[in-house]
Amino acid sequence: MIWLAVVGGSLSCYAEKVLGFLVPERILTQPALRKVTVLIPVALLAALMAIQTFSIAGGAIAVDARLVGLVVAGICLTLRAPFLVVIIAAAAAAALTRAFGWLP
Amino acid sequence: MSASDPNRSAIIRDSIGIGVATGAYGISFGAIAIAAGLDVWQAQVLSGLMFTGASQFALVGVLGAGGGALVAIATAALLGLRNTFYGLHMAPIIRARGFRRLTAAQLTIDESTGMAVRYENDDESARLAFWATGLSVFILWNLGTLLGALGAGLLGEPETWGLDAAIPAAFLALLWPRLTTGRVRFVAAVAVVIALVCSPFLAPGVPVLLAGAGAVVVGLLINDRSLTARAEGSGSITAEDETP
Repeated sequence: MIWLAVVGGSLSCYAEKVLGFLVPERILTQPALRKVTVLIPVALLAALMAIQTFSIAGGAIAVDARLVGLVVAGICLTLRAPFLVVIIAAAAAAALTRAFGWLP
Repeated sequence: MSASDPNRSAIIRDSIGIGVATGAYGISFGAIAIAAGLDVWQAQVLSGLMFTGASQFALVGVLGAGGGALVAIATAALLGLRNTFYGLHMAPIIRARGFRRLTAAQLTIDESTGMAVRYENDDESARLAFWATGLSVFILWNLGTLLGALGAGLLGEPETWGLDAAIPAAFLALLWPRLTTGRVRFVAAVAVVIALVCSPFLAPGVPVLLAGAGAVVVGLLINDRSLTARAEGSGSITAEDETP
């Protein structure tokens, strides 16, 4: 199942890249289409962030140490920290929150 | 050779710098892939074959949350759609045929395109920036993935180290540079609400796709000038995008 997703997803993403090099430019330069391609990543990334922060087994919503990690990540991003620092700070904040037993 | 030597070395230096920065977050991709239940090989195939960061994080995120393969593929493909537009923009500049064109396509990502578009009226420098950045990011992103995946495998339980919290943090970091206008921030907020409301009732991964579709529809419907200050112009490719 994981391999199917890995190979299928990879081939889809590569096909999209090749498509850009093959199709005539006028087909894909409609303004509405361009607007959608700006909005799609924003909407998907925001939804992924929300689900990965709050959802637990079965899709139920719960608050746990991941939210502390996300808040710390947001603080790091406002301070213009590099990506790896943001990730490590978020993980460390969540790990400490659990180690002290403040949140599951 | 219209690109002068100092210019060439500056371009190559920049491309290596971007490769190192991207490689550093390849480390977090490798670690997060393992935390989401993939093995080292699967993480490595994604970095080599998919090679587009946001889609890779999305695919492992959906799988890690228990989503099916088709939903994971659809989410990754939707996020990878912007590479098609980068390709459209780069094709006339790169002017490659056959194997070189297929290689250029694989290297068409945020960083390589962003670096190339800085040289608008100098195709030679744009080509060099594209190839140097693409190759440098490809090599270091894959190396970073391997290090992260092997490292995470040694750590044991992901929760103890907060690796599960690293996943939403990665999505926030990918989202952050895109939140440039009122309209996109509104779309992001709508997507969060739809995803959370749907989550208890739908199969894993589906709320994300639904939220993506719903938020885009809302984003296209609102046309309030206060919200759209710069959104109209943001369809063009900019060097601001710093995600692989």
